[in-house]
Amino acid sequence: MSVLVVQGLSKSFGGVQAVGDVSFAVAPGEMLAMIGPNGAGKSTCFNMVGGQLRPDAGSVVLDGRSITGLGPRAIARQGVGRTFQITATFGSMTVRENVQMALLSHRREIWQFWRPVAGRYAGEADALLAQVGLEAQAERATGVLAYGDLKRLELAIALGNEPRLLLMDEPTAGMAPAERVGLMQLTRRLATERGVAVLFTEHDMDVVFDVSDRILVLNRGVLIAEGDGASIRANPAVREIYLGTGATSGGH
Amino acid sequence: MDSIIPQLLTGLAGASSLFLVASGLTIIFGVTRIVNFSHGSLMMLGAYIGWSILTRLPRDPEWFILGLVLTVLAIALIGVVLEVVVLRRVYRAPELFQLLATFGVVLVLQDVTLWIWGAVELPLPRPRWMRGFVEIMGNRFPFYDLILIFVGPVVLGLLWLLMNRTRWGTLVRAATLDREMVAALGVNQRTLFTSVFALGAGLAGLGGALSLPNSSANLNIDLSIITDAFVVVVVGGLGSLTGAFLASLLIGILQAFGIVLVPKITLVLVFLVMAVVLVFRPNGLMGRPQAEAREATVAAPVIRAAPRELRILGLVALALAVAAPLVVGDYYLTVLTDACVAIIFATSLHFMMGPGGMASFGHAAWFGIGAYAAGLLMQWIGAPMPVGMLAAPVAAGIVAALFGWFVVRLSGVYLSMLTLAFAQIVWAISFQWVEVTGGDNGLLGLWPSEWARDPTIFYWIALVLAVGVALLLRRALFAPYGYALRAARDSATRAQSIGLDVKRLRIVALVIAGAACGLSGAIFSYSKGGIFPTYISIPHSVEALLMVLLGGLQTVAGPIIGALVYTGLADILVRSTDLWRLVLGSVIVLLVVAFPEGIAGAARRLWLRGREA
Amino acid sequence: MLSVDGLNTHYGRAHILQGMSLQMGRGEVRVLLGRNGAGKSTTMKSIIGLVRPTSGRISFDGQEIAGEEPHRIARRGLGYVPEDRRVFADLTVMENLEVGKQTARGGMRGWTPERLFELFPNLGRMRDRPGGRMSGGEQQMLTIARTLMGNPRLVLLDEPSEGLAPVIVEQMAKAILALKGEGLTILLAEQNLHFAGGVADSATVVEKGRVVWSGTMAELRADEAARTQYLAV
Repeated sequence: MSVLVVQGLSKSFGGVQAVGDVSFAVAPGEMLAMIGPNGAGKSTCFNMVGGQLRPDAGSVVLDGRSITGLGPRAIARQGVGRTFQITATFGSMTVRENVQMALLSHRREIWQFWRPVAGRYAGEADALLAQVGLEAQAERATGVLAYGDLKRLELAIALGNEPRLLLMDEPTAGMAPAERVGLMQLTRRLATERGVAVLFTEHDMDVVFDVSDRILVLNRGVLIAEGDGASIRANPAVREIYLGTGATSGGH
Repeated sequence: MDSIIPQLLTGLAGASSLFLVASGLTIIFGVTRIVNFSHGSLMMLGAYIGWSILTRLPRDPEWFILGLVLTVLAIALIGVVLEVVVLRRVYRAPELFQLLATFGVVLVLQDVTLWIWGAVELPLPRPRWMRGFVEIMGNRFPFYDLILIFVGPVVLGLLWLLMNRTRWGTLVRAATLDREMVAALGVNQRTLFTSVFALGAGLAGLGGALSLPNSSANLNIDLSIITDAFVVVVVGGLGSLTGAFLASLLIGILQAFGIVLVPKITLVLVFLVMAVVLVFRPNGLMGRPQAEAREATVAAPVIRAAPRELRILGLVALALAVAAPLVVGDYYLTVLTDACVAIIFATSLHFMMGPGGMASFGHAAWFGIGAYAAGLLMQWIGAPMPVGMLAAPVAAGIVAALFGWFVVRLSGVYLSMLTLAFAQIVWAISFQWVEVTGGDNGLLGLWPSEWARDPTIFYWIALVLAVGVALLLRRALFAPYGYALRAARDSATRAQSIGLDVKRLRIVALVIAGAACGLSGAIFSYSKGGIFPTYISIPHSVEALLMVLLGGLQTVAGPIIGALVYTGLADILVRSTDLWRLVLGSVIVLLVVAFPEGIAGAARRLWLRGREA
Repeated sequence: MLSVDGLNTHYGRAHILQGMSLQMGRGEVRVLLGRNGAGKSTTMKSIIGLVRPTSGRISFDGQEIAGEEPHRIARRGLGYVPEDRRVFADLTVMENLEVGKQTARGGMRGWTPERLFELFPNLGRMRDRPGGRMSGGEQQMLTIARTLMGNPRLVLLDEPSEGLAPVIVEQMAKAILALKGEGLTILLAEQNLHFAGGVADSATVVEKGRVVWSGTMAELRADEAARTQYLAV
């Protein structure tokens, strides 16, 4: 059974259709990549699934329950984790405290005014940090982390909420090529272990073809192709509007 | 029906001068990202300088126009001096420090104006041509007001042409979006900023001079017009000239009718309209969401518990404070009691402003609400001090919850301006609703209970409350709630994506801060024996900000240190000079330039130097 | 033409550039390679004056420019195209170009909007469109065109391929080669080695704020060890 089922999703801005009748599904442990030219509607799709935008039509179903039109907070509570294109972490906290916040929030222990945070769920937080390879940096300020480490931290925070679905918006933007594949292979491993479905957008074709199980191609708000890496690579329409000759993207 | 049209025209005339000030404010904000608190002072100077020029010129229309031109040039020149001497040095400082620096300028200009022109209002005798009437639909309407009505749209049109049809305007609009990029493309930012400031100042000067024939040059112009201008800019949308124009019309007409229909609560009416606009359009009528600032922002440092040395220092200070009455005399005991009040006043503001990220420019509102709650209960049912001290935080907390419902929908400068406007409403009620609040005379005879009347006992009570509140707030900050509040400030998107309710976290912060502040208002009132509208004045709100910023936002001890330093400084200043505003204003400006992270922040940095990777 | 020598910069307490050095000859296209945070962007911002170096020298055409204000450096003939594009979103294409306009220096054929539209035909079809309503690729073209309006002799290009669809990256490579044909000197920061390989003559690899490898593109292709060690490819 699919974790996420999207049916006929549509959205217009001021009469211009940004996304039209997009449908897809993601299975547990599956890595689904969404690619397409800039302005194809990837972000709009993402924001409708994540709750930042309300769809004009269509439905978003998570684990059999409709989350269509809910706000980002409610959707997070339903089990959707997120990482952002521009990393978003709590800059005034240490790495461990960032994860502790996710754990405290997930257990609904936020509205407490007396017992200090220090030490609460520290063990669990460290375990999550170990999974993304950040255990040695638990005490450091997030502000001094290297960019690639911030991305890993975002992943650990998202996992703190025990998500069923992980939404990753251009997860490797701004990273060096070698780090990119590393981060996504880590994600792939965690997704398989935990049975989390992953939906991500990406411009680096090395990453897309390396880690994704399936690929969706969007153009002008419409789904134009869907399939595994080989079939997408061979699709002439996709080459025409997006992939090009491959001269500057590694010959894909 | 008879009174509607003249009233409408009066409103439109008022709208024009409002627009002149607000448009300058908005243009300056657009490019420099500074909300220029001293913009009202520039209008005030326009009125005074205009008066000095116009009373020396012949009284024909052509001379009047020449006088206006000279005034505009003079104020534009003052604007240039201001920009070069003060603002240029604080462009890289945090937003709040910039606001504070411009407030320092307000204080300085107040005293300078008082010193040059004296305290007496200066009316401009209206020459014959100005006193003429025009008949419109059977009503005689003042000729001069008609001129004013035309000035607004004409200025709007000229500004539009300037912004959209000249290279200068294109550069200004580009700099509004990304000033660093403009510099990297070879445009000299300094001249651009200075010229923008000159234009904005000139517009304010024109507004001031044009207002002369209908009112007068007086020392209240600065703060009253800046409040109105803030309301206009917030309603219209920050950075939008058309928005500022529409909002000026709306507010101008509202004020004109309000004075006839509901004279006592005109300001409340204005505030309600603003609230309605902001609920439906959080960025104002024509405004758009504020772009993320395009500056290399240094991340806020990690908040850690104070080092052990500081705790020991705190304990020593506390022991000294407890023992103080045995050593010092009555006068210093009063100062120390004031310091206790200041500690609660400052720590409560810090709570919502530091960890909460909501910079309030109207914190004195809660102070006043707490004070009046205690005072009115005493007057109505003879409530004794303990009841009053309990009622104060409850009342302030309830009002904060109501106000918080829409204030948390805003952020940044909008939130600051809204809190300022709200405080002005509370002030207006306390000032105008004489039957209940006693107006300017205040509520008198509010004394501590018999057992607490001895200054030493009262001081100890204040000390216990101050230390208690500070510790409770600190406790909450290190508990999950405080962390969550900080999380919402650091990154609202991330906070929501882990399921935190950002709005609710903020409302609760506002309620806690408001309640604590209300308590400080009550303590203060009992120690002084009365309550006055000045408790809610803008300068009092700015005092709270000063204390917090002096101490620094990043440490929990900061506001306490700031409160103590400020109380001490103010005490010395007020006793030693008549020109305290001048001195205080200059000190503020100098401090902002020298310590952009506050005293405690700077000390913390020195302390931690080399200790943290 | 451009010489950077022993450059150090700090953000707060963080020491970003640690003795960065770089030489560029006229007409050269050089790429700065290195992971995120290595100091590529900071090097560019230091050269254009947006970041003030704590020590070190930068000379352009024999003139010392370190510590000068950005607009003065720009007027000497240095152009800067920032990462993440930064077009003026409310301004139209034509207005964006207007902001970048500087008069041409002696002997050079000045850039005009018309000449730029030959280079970037897409832009010519949307002269009155606000920058904010263009796609990422179009915005990237516009920032480059905007910088060229200042008639620079040397252009700093910070990650022009970042976040763009592969097919747009190919167009970008063509445009850069065309600029090279015009005799422009270009310093490029890139993570996309495929793209860099197609346009650059020489490469400088940066790590932790200093140069760890430098040479021609051909040498880099031949130096398997350096590529594995520094670029992990």
